[in-house]
Amino acid sequence: MSGIAGYFNIQASPKGSLRCLEQMVWALRHRGPDGFGFYQDALTGLAHARLCTIDPETGWQPVCNEDRSVWVIADGEIFNHAALRTQLVQQGYRFAGHSDTEVLVHLYEEKGVDFLLELNGQYAIALYDARRQRLFLARDRMGICPLFYCRHQGRCYFGSEMKAVFSADPSLPRQIDSQVLHDIFTCWSPVGADTVFAGMRQLLPGHVVEVSAQGIGEQRPYWTLAYNSGPDCQGSVAELAEELRALLTDAVRLRVQADVPIGAYLSGGLDSSVIAALIRQCTKTPLQTFAVAFDDAVYDERQEQLRVSEYLQTEHERIVCSYADIARVFPEVIFHAETPIIRTAPAPMFLLSGLAREHGCPVVLSGEGSDEILGGYDLFKEAKVRAFISVQPDSACRAMLLKRLYPYLALSPTRSAGYARQFFATTVHPESDLFYAHQPRWKNGRFLTGFLSDSQTTDQYSSLEKIHAFMASSMQGQDFFTRAQSVESRLLLPNYLLSSQGDRMGMAHSVAGRYPFLDHRVVEFAARIPGRLKMKGLQEKYLLKRAVHGLLPAATVQRKKQPYMAPDIPSFFGTAVPPYVEHLLSPAYLSTTQLFKTAMVANLVEKCRAKSRQGFRENMALVGILSTQSLYDQFVENWRVECPASLEKTKKLIRM
Amino acid sequence: MQENIDTIRAFIVSNFLFDTTETPLENDTSFLEQGIIDSTGVLELVEWLEETFSIKVADEELIPENLDSVHLLAQFVGRKTS
Repeated sequence: MSGIAGYFNIQASPKGSLRCLEQMVWALRHRGPDGFGFYQDALTGLAHARLCTIDPETGWQPVCNEDRSVWVIADGEIFNHAALRTQLVQQGYRFAGHSDTEVLVHLYEEKGVDFLLELNGQYAIALYDARRQRLFLARDRMGICPLFYCRHQGRCYFGSEMKAVFSADPSLPRQIDSQVLHDIFTCWSPVGADTVFAGMRQLLPGHVVEVSAQGIGEQRPYWTLAYNSGPDCQGSVAELAEELRALLTDAVRLRVQADVPIGAYLSGGLDSSVIAALIRQCTKTPLQTFAVAFDDAVYDERQEQLRVSEYLQTEHERIVCSYADIARVFPEVIFHAETPIIRTAPAPMFLLSGLAREHGCPVVLSGEGSDEILGGYDLFKEAKVRAFISVQPDSACRAMLLKRLYPYLALSPTRSAGYARQFFATTVHPESDLFYAHQPRWKNGRFLTGFLSDSQTTDQYSSLEKIHAFMASSMQGQDFFTRAQSVESRLLLPNYLLSSQGDRMGMAHSVAGRYPFLDHRVVEFAARIPGRLKMKGLQEKYLLKRAVHGLLPAATVQRKKQPYMAPDIPSFFGTAVPPYVEHLLSPAYLSTTQLFKTAMVANLVEKCRAKSRQGFRENMALVGILSTQSLYDQFVENWRVECPASLEKTKKLIRM
Repeated sequence: MQENIDTIRAFIVSNFLFDTTETPLENDTSFLEQGIIDSTGVLELVEWLEETFSIKVADEELIPENLDSVHLLAQFVGRKTS
């Protein structure tokens, strides 16, 4: 992986701005610590920060075609580059090096922008066609690699992270968008192409955008994740399980290719264990595995992690995360995530990537995406239980079913069946609400948005209407289980899991994550599997468990899913409250940012100090407010562009 | 009774509403309908009831009919302590 950044002059008068590119790429040096490359002409500027995972000698970017009319920078990996290269060589194209990026240039010459459909990979690409005077920005199908852009004073600026764009020009506005803040507090992530910074757009997964003298075009999808759009997969359960295993095995095989050591994350759950087991099958080299354990036993899964690492005979490394660790790294986590978050779960992932880097492992495989595409989430289960009760309200199983939800929680919302019935709104029919599965969660969001200051909210604004506008049309005709999967895959997977918990936390320590479950062939196959084979009754990931039979200890396969979580309020209000927490949550700083109701936050803080029992909502509110205040502190109030006078590691500089 | 109502109101306002100025809390306001307490909040409420009024709340008593407004709570506490 790496970092990309650059600009395109839409109307701006061309001026020599190598300095602007240097500032942008310097902000991405954590993504690409091994060296920088630049391209510049009158119209455009491209900058690349490289993390060497392949072809360390000649793989410097930007790369170009033979007549130097097409230039490319890319973050990520093209896993099928070897096969594509063979085809292109047969068609007469000449290659200068061995990197995967060079394939993109010739593939574009051959097929135009449709070349994206040929790629199997995770990528954010900027391709400049000098002859046609156009810049194309493209992002991988599932949203693994990030890409942001904005228009400012006649220029389009883009970058792997927003901090690169902000570094281009001090006059770029950096204001928090109150409606997007409302969206994040309601449904845990921004919706669509929005970001929390006004005017800054993210390129949607599977989309491409064209920039030219006419301006920045509309984002256009080149691939769409469509659940159940075609005929269901044919075949017996055994045959489907076998096909899933074959696809996953090949997805892993493609992802262990690298010129650097490959490791794996182990959570103790099924998905990461499956990936580690498949790596062991297709490589002969020793495998390093990395895991987070917690001081607090509620969150700790070290026994399960150990069971898998011993079974697979991996070289296992563990980092033990305390409350104080989470509080200590939290501001840095927000600096990298560039968004408010309502859970501290990214913080341990930040520590984990540090552990992988410390042990010389810049590439790790992990199990992200399986819960979304193969039916793993408790939310799906909850929806099934609610749907069952709404159709059979007098069933004797009702109380038992409610108790089976969330068995791992000490503070289970289902301890009280009387409340659970009302909380889960079991009187609503699953077909009467397009967002049936997510509605109880989003309703809770009203509590969180209650903290937003009046100047930040309008009574008319509805985050749910925005979600509706973003994705309702694509969900028509789907059953509630499939609709729930669509929301998870299109909203939370790219906007939270793969970004705040995935790419950003890995890249903070120059560690690239690779996700075999998100190989588009696996995803497309999963999208055609009927829901009843993903979650059979209330057994999650049924087909996956069948598919991996014999690969792992039975206890690992049969174990009930435990969602990955980290302690929230106790991290910040333990024996000592860190000074930065006191500052960010102080009435004085709350009135500086004007984002929240000061008195309400003060009451919440008091409750946190009292160390009484806290509900989910208080935990989410506290983390949401603290992270937003920290974001304001680092990106709005105290933003600094820092860049040395000259970049020592510049490996390539092309000026036309 | 009135004393209990005041104690309960104060607890609900400071622990679940946080906002003492804007949200009106009538003694008959439904906690669930108004989103004042969610299902994990109920457990927090029960802990506080048990501690404050020296009572024991059984699982089967965890129903909205006992706990869903200031009035209902006061009546419930009244029954438990009489």
